[in-house]
Amino acid sequence: MKKKINAIEFLLQNNTYFIFLILVLVCSMLSDSFLSVMNIKNIALQQSGPICIVLGMLFVIFTGGIDLSVGSLMALGGAVASWLIVNKDINFIPAVFAALLVGLSGGMVTGILVAYFRFQGFVASLAIMTMARGMALVVTNGSPIRVDDNTLSNLASPRYGYPMLVIAVTLVLLFVFVQKYTSYGRIVIAIGSNRQAVELAGIRVKRYLTSVYMISGVLSALCGCFVAARTSTGTGTMGEGQELDAIAACVIGGASLAGGRGDVIKAVIGALILANIVNIMNLLAVPAYPQDIIKGGIIIAAVLLQISTEKSDKEE
Amino acid sequence: MGKEEYRLEMKNITKHFGGVNALADVSVKVRPGEIHALIGENGAGKSTLMKILAGACKKDGGEIFLDGRPAEINNPKDAKNLGVAVIYQEFMLVPDLSVAENVYLDELGLSCSIINWKKMRRNTKEQLEKLGFADINPNSKVRELSVAYQQMVEICKNLVHDSKILVLDEPTAVLTFTEIEKLFHVLKKLRADGVSIIYISHRLDEIFELSDRVTVLKDGKYVDTAETKNITKDQLAEMMVGREIGRMFPEKKAVIGEDVLIVEGLNAGKMVRDVSFHVRSGEILGFSGLVGSGRTETMRAVFGADKRESGKITYLGKAVNFNDCREAIENEFGMLPENRKEQGILLEQSIRMNATLTVLNKKVCKFGVIRHKKEKKYVKELLESISTKYGRTEDHADSLSGGNQQKLALSKWIAADCKCIVFDEPTRGVDVGAKVEIYELITSIAKKGVAVIMISSEMPEIIGLCDRVMVMHQGKITGEFEKGDITENNLIKAAMEVQSNEEKD
Repeated sequence: MKKKINAIEFLLQNNTYFIFLILVLVCSMLSDSFLSVMNIKNIALQQSGPICIVLGMLFVIFTGGIDLSVGSLMALGGAVASWLIVNKDINFIPAVFAALLVGLSGGMVTGILVAYFRFQGFVASLAIMTMARGMALVVTNGSPIRVDDNTLSNLASPRYGYPMLVIAVTLVLLFVFVQKYTSYGRIVIAIGSNRQAVELAGIRVKRYLTSVYMISGVLSALCGCFVAARTSTGTGTMGEGQELDAIAACVIGGASLAGGRGDVIKAVIGALILANIVNIMNLLAVPAYPQDIIKGGIIIAAVLLQISTEKSDKEE
Repeated sequence: MGKEEYRLEMKNITKHFGGVNALADVSVKVRPGEIHALIGENGAGKSTLMKILAGACKKDGGEIFLDGRPAEINNPKDAKNLGVAVIYQEFMLVPDLSVAENVYLDELGLSCSIINWKKMRRNTKEQLEKLGFADINPNSKVRELSVAYQQMVEICKNLVHDSKILVLDEPTAVLTFTEIEKLFHVLKKLRADGVSIIYISHRLDEIFELSDRVTVLKDGKYVDTAETKNITKDQLAEMMVGREIGRMFPEKKAVIGEDVLIVEGLNAGKMVRDVSFHVRSGEILGFSGLVGSGRTETMRAVFGADKRESGKITYLGKAVNFNDCREAIENEFGMLPENRKEQGILLEQSIRMNATLTVLNKKVCKFGVIRHKKEKKYVKELLESISTKYGRTEDHADSLSGGNQQKLALSKWIAADCKCIVFDEPTRGVDVGAKVEIYELITSIAKKGVAVIMISSEMPEIIGLCDRVMVMHQGKITGEFEKGDITENNLIKAAMEVQSNEEKD
């Protein structure tokens, strides 16, 4: 009897993986081109940026916070890098670093507001989201900056082995390690679980809180650079709604917005689930608006599954 | 009315949770106008039985009779309509609404007519006056009231529905002795009005003071019902535990050494005025007084969790000035907060994570990387050293019993090698068995030479455990007693005397 329960539990607890597998199976049946090398490569390159954002978002969510500014910081990062390359004639590497620095500062402001001024994450990041979007539009002057100089596109180039993909995979592995094997990951989760208890255990909670938003900011800017590299364009409108996709990915991956729970790999799978849905609908030529309706439905379904997992945990 | 007429009869109630028998064939009979105590260790089935009565939980078998007629209670609404009111340990109040709004909360939801505020406030006021709590303002927000007053609001809320049966689940766990007396007064008044009261408690003293009859449950089974006046405390305890309890308080033979902590002239806000005390190694120093007398605030100020205005703190022979908890812990000073679930423990995280929270970087990490094997071994040894009962180190903390959760919360301070540990209400909400374990734990760490400060509102444990007691009242120390002089009388006097003096002024 015990074993049977374990099998069901196993299915429920790993539902993210099963949803993903089923989705891949269904998609490959629906469209021949879904599993083609070309398509997989496309998804991988498209997602290497957004997945970085998901990583940052997940750590913010671990602490029980939320970061709405990721989409705007992504645009600002892409815009700053493009602007520096085009207008200042700078090599792409320092330009990208400058963009990352901008993302870091944006995240730091959110983090300080949250940790030291006791803003709610939602509110602080909403303010930064608005500001960063404005800045991105100012930098680009409202129109796309075309980066013809193809040094930036090196990041997406097969000649160098798709550096952005390599970076994204490395980051995922790094974050898995941080969550499972470092005191940093442990404490970030503990803060989301019970901030007061962690504070009373003598841990500098404020520093940790600030740091997760900083990480999220850097990764958002990095994503912006990736997108600019892939499309050879920096735009002020890039990444609109990206924050919601990132949050959705974390939630599909079993993270709780109340904090203290989640998993890096599952969140990444969550992002891939969303990406696959969009991809298959594009392949099947479903128009953009119905796509969103279906996406929303998938989020509801995934969270319903999460809730039933929690229930089985409780009744145990 | 004949003696054998019962207000409530619960006959052969059975309830399973999965494969576990939570209740097997349990019967309880309650007369009109009696206070009926229901006791048993944690997990004996008291709460499940009351949940079934309240309609919060469905029974698998058995019958319920109210005034001799069979009653179907399938949901909380049925229970309310039949005049059954249950007051849980966690109040069902909306903190941001006024007292009157809370009292009439369900009516606010039911009718869509315009609220008659005047009438609502007047009725609330009348009800509160009837209970003898005329000083509660129906307009004040529930959040601003003390716990005792909140409890009165909760009782009042249930009484406006003319409840015939009132169930109280450990109502005194959060009250001080004066507040308890007031509550008892109210309950006796209600009994005189013919209300049947089912009273769940872990405190035997209260049961003897208050109840007419007592029913004992153990492991989901009915043990016995007795007239309270016909049995003794020892008999009752034996019935509960099923074995003879030895000494409640362990013998203490710790050697009291040098001063570990000296606090002089501490001021911090309204609740800490000119507080001085000292505690020596191996000593258990009690802090007695009313809830809200500034005991917790004093300790938080010493610990650095709250800001201090002035005062000198000497710890382990050197002057210290903890600005935050981190500094206190680095100096090996630990504190077990009052509210375990909110401040002491990460309920939804693993036991392992809880145990090493204070020493992650010091003992189980290398360059910020956790060494899992070493950590597991460390946690096992640590928890064994304070004989904690748990399944696996990976289980969530909420899988533990109350007493073991308290041990887990303590383990992180032991891990941090604390030389002085503050226990704030360490036995709140745990059953008799767990209490004894916690007392043993406290004595055993005192034996190891740790200076222990124990804040407690329970007289027996202050008297039974402490070497010395400080009594606080309204932020000031109003008494200090050595071992021989620690009597209930002295403690109450010290906690109250100042109050009567002030009233004279």
